[in-house]
Amino acid sequence: MENILTYMTFIPLAGMVAVLAMPRDAHELIKKVALAFTIPPLLMAIWLYMNFDRTTDGVQFMIRHPWIASYNIQYLMGVDGLSVTMILLTALLCPICILASWGIDKGVKGYFALFLLLNTGMTGVFSSLDFFLFYIFWEVMLLPMYFLIGIWGGPRREYAAIKFFLYTLFGSVLMLIAMLGLYFYNEPHTFDMLVLMENAGTYSRQFQWWAWLALFIGFAIKIPAFPFHTWLPDAHVEAPTAISVILAGVLLKMGTYGILRVNFPMLPLATQEFAFWALAALGTLNIVYGALCAMAQADMKKLVAYSSISHMGYVMLGMATLTPQGINGAVLQMFNHGTVTAMLFLLVGVIYDRAHHRQIDGFGGLASVMPVYTGLMTIAFFAALGLPGLSAFISEVLVLLGAWRYSMPLTIVAASAVILTAGYMLWMLQRVWLGPVNEKYAKMEDVSVREMVTLVPLAIIVIVLGVYPHAVLDLINPTLLALNATVANATEAVAALP
Amino acid sequence: MDHAAAHHVAEQTSHLLRWIPLLPLLGAVVNFLVGVRIQRAFGRFGVAALASAMPILSFFLVVASFFQLRALPPEGRVLFDNVMPWLHIGSFNADIAFQFDPLTAVMTLVVTGIGSLIHIYSYGYMDHEPSAWRFFALLNLFMFAMLTLVMGDNFLLMFLGWEGVGLCSWGLIGFWYSEIANAQAGNKAFIVNRIGDFGFILGFALLFWSLDAAGHATVTFRGVAEHAHSLTDMTVWGWPVVTVITLFLFVGAAGKSAQIPLYIWLPDAMAGPTPVSALIHAATMVTAGVYMIARLNFLYDMAPATQTVVATVGACTALFAATIGLAQNDIKKVLAYSTVSQLGYMFIGVGVGAYTAGVFHLVTHAFFKACLFLGSGSVIHAMHHEQDMRNMGGLRRYMPVTFWTFLIATVAIAGIPPLAGFFSKDEILWKAFQKDPTLWALGYAGAAMTAFYMFRLVFMTFFGECRADHHTVEHLHESSRWMTMPLVVLAIGSVTVGFLGVPPALGGSNLFEQWLAPVMAGHQLAHDADAEHGHHDLTLEYGLMAASIGIALAGIGLAWLMYHRKALRPEIFAQAAGGWAYKAVYNKYWVDEAFYAVFLGGTLGLARAFAWFDQTVIDGVVNGSAVVTRLASRINGAFDFRIIDGLVNLTADIIHGFGGFVRRFQTGSINAYLYVVVMVVTAVLFAQAW
Amino acid sequence: MGVGLVHYLAVGLVLFCLGLFCVLTRRNAIGVLMGVELILNAANVNFIAFSRFGVAGYDGQVFSIFVIMLAAAEAAIALAIVLGIYRRQRSIDVESMRLLQG
Repeated sequence: MENILTYMTFIPLAGMVAVLAMPRDAHELIKKVALAFTIPPLLMAIWLYMNFDRTTDGVQFMIRHPWIASYNIQYLMGVDGLSVTMILLTALLCPICILASWGIDKGVKGYFALFLLLNTGMTGVFSSLDFFLFYIFWEVMLLPMYFLIGIWGGPRREYAAIKFFLYTLFGSVLMLIAMLGLYFYNEPHTFDMLVLMENAGTYSRQFQWWAWLALFIGFAIKIPAFPFHTWLPDAHVEAPTAISVILAGVLLKMGTYGILRVNFPMLPLATQEFAFWALAALGTLNIVYGALCAMAQADMKKLVAYSSISHMGYVMLGMATLTPQGINGAVLQMFNHGTVTAMLFLLVGVIYDRAHHRQIDGFGGLASVMPVYTGLMTIAFFAALGLPGLSAFISEVLVLLGAWRYSMPLTIVAASAVILTAGYMLWMLQRVWLGPVNEKYAKMEDVSVREMVTLVPLAIIVIVLGVYPHAVLDLINPTLLALNATVANATEAVAALP
Repeated sequence: MDHAAAHHVAEQTSHLLRWIPLLPLLGAVVNFLVGVRIQRAFGRFGVAALASAMPILSFFLVVASFFQLRALPPEGRVLFDNVMPWLHIGSFNADIAFQFDPLTAVMTLVVTGIGSLIHIYSYGYMDHEPSAWRFFALLNLFMFAMLTLVMGDNFLLMFLGWEGVGLCSWGLIGFWYSEIANAQAGNKAFIVNRIGDFGFILGFALLFWSLDAAGHATVTFRGVAEHAHSLTDMTVWGWPVVTVITLFLFVGAAGKSAQIPLYIWLPDAMAGPTPVSALIHAATMVTAGVYMIARLNFLYDMAPATQTVVATVGACTALFAATIGLAQNDIKKVLAYSTVSQLGYMFIGVGVGAYTAGVFHLVTHAFFKACLFLGSGSVIHAMHHEQDMRNMGGLRRYMPVTFWTFLIATVAIAGIPPLAGFFSKDEILWKAFQKDPTLWALGYAGAAMTAFYMFRLVFMTFFGECRADHHTVEHLHESSRWMTMPLVVLAIGSVTVGFLGVPPALGGSNLFEQWLAPVMAGHQLAHDADAEHGHHDLTLEYGLMAASIGIALAGIGLAWLMYHRKALRPEIFAQAAGGWAYKAVYNKYWVDEAFYAVFLGGTLGLARAFAWFDQTVIDGVVNGSAVVTRLASRINGAFDFRIIDGLVNLTADIIHGFGGFVRRFQTGSINAYLYVVVMVVTAVLFAQAW
Repeated sequence: MGVGLVHYLAVGLVLFCLGLFCVLTRRNAIGVLMGVELILNAANVNFIAFSRFGVAGYDGQVFSIFVIMLAAAEAAIALAIVLGIYRRQRSIDVESMRLLQG
């Protein structure tokens, strides 16, 4: 099982080939085949979860083959606590998204092929330990998203798709520059991330500064951090349900994953210097800004999109604190946000499938009409606002605890968001689900079995992690503590290369 | 008492403890998942029986644990039950663990005892409710959360219960959610509570990190109790750290326990079914703040500044809410404001350091307020959900049990001995007087008003002629046994519970205070000191007691004159001060309106501004960058087209022009060619000759 | 005074000029050709004169025979071309042969 990462990454690619080979009209068969190809990665992820060594902070399940030897590019894959959690999340959400895409009826073949390619890209990004390979998988994620949003999306899909694509590509280019910078700075030139991390002590302060900035802007666009976030509301609103789910669930984590995988260990000195303004202050701004903007929205999906921005702010704040609580809270929040926001988008999708609009003020009293759905919705909404007993509370409280140690004023501002979040979530809940039943939707069907299968596993995870957060924390803790130590102990380069 | 000693004594464990909150949780889960089917198969009795069995079982477990506790020596009176590790990161360690000490015992007895009674009552009250399963599931979930709150052995678990009761409160207030006002009331409760929670989180964070800085990172209550003294000299922002912590935590308490300015959710919460108002908004959830301060008594003792704030806020709330209660016509609203007011008294109690007195009032209040609310529920139920007292009257003839229990509870709340309310309220007023007579004065005025408006309620509802319409009067009858039986039990409680806390001045030994002594660190000293001075101030104590009784009787008398004998017309008071006093009080001082305008309006305005900013400015920049890029590309294209390509074309043009010029020489005329040949040859020859 | 070289050269010159004049000014293509013949013959006279009075040897006379031969060939070809042009445009006016105008 040492090659498990290769299998997990490329089985969906094989699935894409299989789907492309099918006749264009065999819709049901295509969907089933696509689903079938996302199950093995899920099973492998569970196996990984059970066999992951939680006592060490090093890389496990490493695969190393030379690839383009003349440029010292290797096929290097491996996972540590941070990436294994993200791979778990990806493997969990992909079959759910495929199930959620069951309603697609035009261009079915293309849709599922692109989605499987996206799957490969995501898993690849999290498994790669060679920067070049990382970059390739990163770019592989972009193109399917462009088409998935641009073809199967809503009325303004072309605008949203091109905006998403160009914005993210701009960030990728900055990342490319930094990557090449790191490559040429090291003697011998290498893309091997592990080597780049080891040599972090030799990078000059100036170099670290510029590289950090370039990388940060690239990653900040993905998080999305204010002020680079405006592609998100449009992308989410126009994308089809399943794509919104995967976008919020996994793709948004790429940004923060990148910062933790690249900026923190390879550029620790710069991380120390930038942590306050670029991560903590900006993160706090995200939290409050996202919450306030969410409150003013009239479209359900846009509200959830802004709430995503708000929740990712917690991740940024937690990362900056360099406390065990803060960084654990940040990564746990990444995982939790993936599951909770996925649920929220799935729930909105259920309504949209039936009513074909998402205007909050256009509904009312749905709780009487769809009780099971309302139950699931309540779990998701209260998880989103951080109710203790559900997963998001643990991550938020860890982040706030860590942040208090780091900066009390920022924490006070960030904590005020608990009031705002409760405000906009409950207000939306009330306008859509409570009150007198809106005559137009008095006959709306409750959730189908398929929809239940997508929602219930997520609900269970949300509840279980609220009571037993160490299911995930044990995975990430050793790696993150080591990461903290790397950043905290970074000093001026002893032998600075020119 | 010495907590260090208690800590070093071997910790007694009792694995029964976890079932006290877990049984109701089980009931909630079952009812949520399959309640609909149970209701279909066994009717509402099925769900109610299942749901009521849980708190009853928990009650028995509590009683058993209570006796187990009594068997222990006072210094070691704690039982623990560590269920599972919860969150261990860095120096932060919190488990899902329960503790059972005298304070918890008192709280759990109240919660499970009164809770069980209310479950039984609900079966009778919700007799036409199609979603009974959801109601009982939420009630059970509430019991779980409340029990976790009082039994949790650390801040984080308590906070889980803290927010959990908020959640259940939201769900139960907005239970009849098809009426949008109910849903809005539920939201209001949750959001205002959240404001309190914001303070709680900050206080908790500050406490944890301060302890960590002192080298004793802990979040368990016993840990904090043991190491609190290490915080004495720490400061933050120039203030002593303990003061700031306790202030933040008090914000949380004020939110949960409806003190100024976060009380506004409680009157609106009356939109929920009456058993909910009785359980959550009278007996249990709202007392959580008082419990927290009592639990952290050692911390508050270290922060006299906060204590002053707590007591002052409590006193002001007590009086403020009482004034509003004077003019309300909805029976539940009167009781709601009365609850806010009584909570104020509890805060006066804990604010002056009389933690036992505060908790004692919590207990007695639980009994008589629950009885009052359930009684009002009985009335409302019989009157087919009429809640306006102006349409009631003379109900004592039709509903004797309700009437008598209600009357007993009203006498109790008015503070007439030997009923419970007298002992508890008086102890608070006495201790308040010792600290600061102004506090006593505010509480005294409130007590007067309490007696008045409660008896106003009684006279308007139960005496005189029934003002309801003919049809309702015909159907008036006493409520079912399921509803009256709990009323009787609670009334008995309202009479007898007071005897637990008879002060030494009246010959008692204040069993209550003795029971809670191990929990109240350092209060043994205060008690001893008090006993020393006690002899001197006995006259004062008696005097104050007499004054309390006197003013209560006066209030009752005034109410009797105005609303029973109709000798004094209420309009006289209503017109006083140009009618403004009445208008202000009737409209609750327009606090809600102010709150909406400022906070809700302000926040929404801010939200819209931010959203506009995001859409127009930030996205404007992004879209602007797209416009700029397109412009740049058009310029670039034009450049490419006109200039670069232009150069290429220019070259061709020049050559073309040149060719055009040269081609003129090709006339095609032979003669011309020949001329040219001759000329050139001649010229060459001439040139050569030279 | 006998007939010396100069006299022959003068005749040649006169012939040449007459021939040149014909070539340059005649409109008739045949006329132009006649002029060309005159020029060629003028050159011949020149050659023979120099052969008789100049350097020893008969090079000049041999050259004349060549020129006469060339003139004959060239006249044949030129007349064939003129014939072809006449067939095409029914006129042998030199002014009208402007097909090569650029």
